[in-house]
Amino acid sequence: MRVRVFVTLKPSVFDPQGTTVAEALHTLGFGSVDGVRQGKYFELDIAASSPDEARQVATDAADKLLANPVIESYRVEVDSAGGSR
Amino acid sequence: MKFAVVVFPGSNSDHDAHYAVSHPLGEEARFVWHKDTSLGDADAVILPGGFAHGDYLRTGAIARFSPIMADVRRFADAGGPVLGICNGFQVLLEAGLLPGAMLRNDRLHFRCEFVNVRVEQNDTPFTAACRPGQRLLMPIAHGEGNYYADAAVLEQLERNRQVLFRYVNAAGEETRDANPNGSVRNIAGLCNEARNVVGLMPHPERAAELAVGGADGLVMLQSAVHWFTRRAPAAVAVARSSSLSA
Amino acid sequence: MTTPDVSSDAVLERHGLTRDEFGKIVSMLGRQPTLTELGIFSVMWSEHCSYKSSRVHLKTLPTTGPRVLQGPGENAGAVDIGDGLAAVFKIESHNHPSFIEPYQGAATGVGGIIRDIFTMGARPIALLNSLRFGSLDNPLVRRNMAGVVAGIGGYGNSIGIPTVGGEIAFDESYTGNPLVNVFCLGISKADEIIKGVASGVGNAVFYVGSKTGRDGIHGATMASAEFDEKSAEKRPAVQVGDPFMEKLLLEACLEVMRTDALVGIQDMGAAGLTCSTCEMGARGGAGVEIDVALVPQRETGMTAYEIMLSESQERMLLVAKQGREAEVQAIFEKWDLHAVRIGVVTADGLLRVKDHGTVVAEIPNTALTDEAPLYRRPFTEPAYLKEAQQLSLAALGTPAPAADVFRRLLASPTVASKRWVYRQYDHVVGTNTMVMPGMGCGVVRIKDTRRALALSVDCNGRFVYLDPFVGAQLAVAEASRNVACAGGLPIGATNCLNFGNPQKPDIMWQFVKAVEGMGAACRALDIPITGGNVSLYNETDGRGGLPTPVLGIVGLIEDSSTVVRRLFQQDGDVVILLGESRPELGGSEYLKTMHGLVQGLPPALDLAREAALQRVLIAGAAQRLFKSAHDCAEGGVAVTLAECCFSGTPGVDADLAATAAEAGFGDIATLFGESASRAVVSVAAGREREALDLAGKDGVPAAVIGRVGGGRVRLSVGGRRVIDEAVDAAERIWDEAIASRFERTVA
Repeated sequence: MRVRVFVTLKPSVFDPQGTTVAEALHTLGFGSVDGVRQGKYFELDIAASSPDEARQVATDAADKLLANPVIESYRVEVDSAGGSR
Repeated sequence: MKFAVVVFPGSNSDHDAHYAVSHPLGEEARFVWHKDTSLGDADAVILPGGFAHGDYLRTGAIARFSPIMADVRRFADAGGPVLGICNGFQVLLEAGLLPGAMLRNDRLHFRCEFVNVRVEQNDTPFTAACRPGQRLLMPIAHGEGNYYADAAVLEQLERNRQVLFRYVNAAGEETRDANPNGSVRNIAGLCNEARNVVGLMPHPERAAELAVGGADGLVMLQSAVHWFTRRAPAAVAVARSSSLSA
Repeated sequence: MTTPDVSSDAVLERHGLTRDEFGKIVSMLGRQPTLTELGIFSVMWSEHCSYKSSRVHLKTLPTTGPRVLQGPGENAGAVDIGDGLAAVFKIESHNHPSFIEPYQGAATGVGGIIRDIFTMGARPIALLNSLRFGSLDNPLVRRNMAGVVAGIGGYGNSIGIPTVGGEIAFDESYTGNPLVNVFCLGISKADEIIKGVASGVGNAVFYVGSKTGRDGIHGATMASAEFDEKSAEKRPAVQVGDPFMEKLLLEACLEVMRTDALVGIQDMGAAGLTCSTCEMGARGGAGVEIDVALVPQRETGMTAYEIMLSESQERMLLVAKQGREAEVQAIFEKWDLHAVRIGVVTADGLLRVKDHGTVVAEIPNTALTDEAPLYRRPFTEPAYLKEAQQLSLAALGTPAPAADVFRRLLASPTVASKRWVYRQYDHVVGTNTMVMPGMGCGVVRIKDTRRALALSVDCNGRFVYLDPFVGAQLAVAEASRNVACAGGLPIGATNCLNFGNPQKPDIMWQFVKAVEGMGAACRALDIPITGGNVSLYNETDGRGGLPTPVLGIVGLIEDSSTVVRRLFQQDGDVVILLGESRPELGGSEYLKTMHGLVQGLPPALDLAREAALQRVLIAGAAQRLFKSAHDCAEGGVAVTLAECCFSGTPGVDADLAATAAEAGFGDIATLFGESASRAVVSVAAGREREALDLAGKDGVPAAVIGRVGGGRVRLSVGGRRVIDEAVDAAERIWDEAIASRFERTVA
């Protein structure tokens, strides 16, 4: 089962990379882009018997390793097995 | 006095730390592989600089799970002196042995240069031989040295006098320009509440000899010896026996 | 599925092989080659791997000497430095990849040269780099340079080898042809140098390191071709480096080497598995048989062709002694690496490649190496030359006031401080760095000895363009003079020859003359060349960069406590100019910056005088007589004197004897002329007589020109003050010139 984990810096944390990307976009003419936050994206292939189980595994992985709770928050999305909703 | 220098895959200042301890300091240094489970009879532990595990995921994020870290934690919990330098500091933060986290330098570039730091407190094993307010010129070499902690933690750090080093200019002033990476309140290093675990971004082991740039950092290693011989024998014996019996 | 006709024009062209070369292949094999064999020939016979256009001329270089432990022909060269130790070093280029993908191109260049050093059994302890870019006014150039610098730092810092020095120069001709030359130095025991050789029939051949993917296929062929508008499509050919993997490999390999269980080892660089197998076989007079099915792969469905040509990084090929295979594998396992047995050493001298047991390629190793084509390309003096060598100062009009020129030169990126760059390099890791970047040439101490090594990489492309023979000699002189200033005796050299398309007779002429000049200078100065690299086809849309033969020189300092740096030390110290100043503005930074010209003849060079100057510099350091030393280069003695004050030092007040130049250019020529074989030294007050005598004994012209102090750079010509600038102000111009092009607020 494919689970996606999106990790981003907490809003209170200054993100110089995001700022730099936003400035570069402005230079390229993307004036309508007000702000950019840069984060990380993980794709986990998990052997699980249900989406809930897969979600739990991914959440534990994020808690333990993928995200640093001091500066990052995350969200988990499960690809439903076969057929989208 | 025996210093254990932990080696993670990707550590590169392990040799620097080992050399600084065994040569200018003249004490015993030994390498401890990250897969070992015991620090042996070490009197002090150094987590050295480098790029443990390539800094992949986040710097220090994977190293904190190395088998040796369990014994490092026990040693620290029992009051043993632990010094995390640069990447070592990052590992201590990820392991929760020190509060806060590291971000990318605010200017985004890796930065290597000699900087001045002011010693704020001299009641720790690695600042015991320093004068409060003493200025030390030491090199930094990092891309992620931008220390961050939220307001509540910062308040606690200041209240408990846990901030040990701040970036200052040559005149000793804590200015924006003197801060090479954007870290909050110019914090270059700090200790835990119990004051035995110290982490800092500058490299004292790379400033231990005049021939290679300066010797201001040597006093931090000398502090450990000073602390160990004068105050610590009992405390360290406890720490040692705690890790040996684990 | 149809197999392409290997003999068709289209296939040959894609492989960079001529019809003649194809004919040679057929006659060597006695049959048509398979596609895999064609691929193997194409990379081994590429310019980059075979040196087919340059080998004939490189053979004329001096490569032997009493200290030489390893000359050209192995992965790196080595010289004896005493105490049972050897300095192992080489310089390599990664120009074309750094144009396509600056960060990874530069990073993998660093990775490649580091592997070349540790594969010889030496622990790398220092890196330097020589870079060339177009004008910083061009945003594409800035982006390219930022990427290259970040890539060099990203790789070198991560693996923990300090970048202790280097040089960067700018010229529009490099716009589409940036040069990224990386030099690495390592230390090993003199009698424990490991060779890249396969021998011992039946010995196991192992592969260790990263898994093989499709990166860099035809990278070697790409390095041998010029760029055109379709170059952007070549992007997939650039490899991605993993410095963490290389750090593990480095530690594991050095540990394995200490067990003496290896017969030979070689890194997989250009032409990957192909090059390492056939070269090791050829050196050992043996055959190497491998099965690509056993090669660890990170992509699915890779063909034998792709596996043999892949340039995936961080891979090593090694041959273990019989019976010691398990020992070798265990050491690699400790570092979480897997040494996989992929083949065996045979007696038939062939490279035999199997794919799941079926032979897909079978070629004599020597056909791919020693018997690669050898070309004597035609060369003729270029049409541009005679006119370019003419310089009429009168035609330039009235020169600007010296004080203005001084400021303009300090702000010229080629002259200005490179701090924005080297601040991104860890130059302290290893605790061996005795001279920090910006303080003189790189100097690293050798722990557990009293010695140190001084390192410099240099070349002035303008001089080579205007007279390749003299220009190349000047490069040798400058690099060796730089290490001599620190007190180092030059004991070995490596070269990176960056030129355009050798099939053009005027480019080939530049190359031939440069090699001749380099050889003559190395002979005169007694500096053997232990190896190096040739990078040809540095042209885009038919236009090439300046011909740039970079010299990397290693100097031995017997007592590291006598190292001399370039900053003036103390008020009242006496400043002495060594060497003879002539009104020579040909090819100068002055001419380029103020008049946009690359014109005239490069400064004259008398190698006997250069050798004498270097002897004086080395003696002055060893005797602790010289408190500072800095050679004269771009921008002339005025810039040299200013740089001796940057930073934080007391200033200088000097009076220079006027050199007579035509058309009112006397002051300009005196201050900014670039005569060779000169250096500025300072001594304690009262010791100037000693210094002048030391110089006099060896026939080196020497004159006291002034004193340290005053907080200002005050320069006079024939008693007349012409420059008077506060050190702070001058330094700010010099310090901010490059940083201000990249950052909005300069920190």
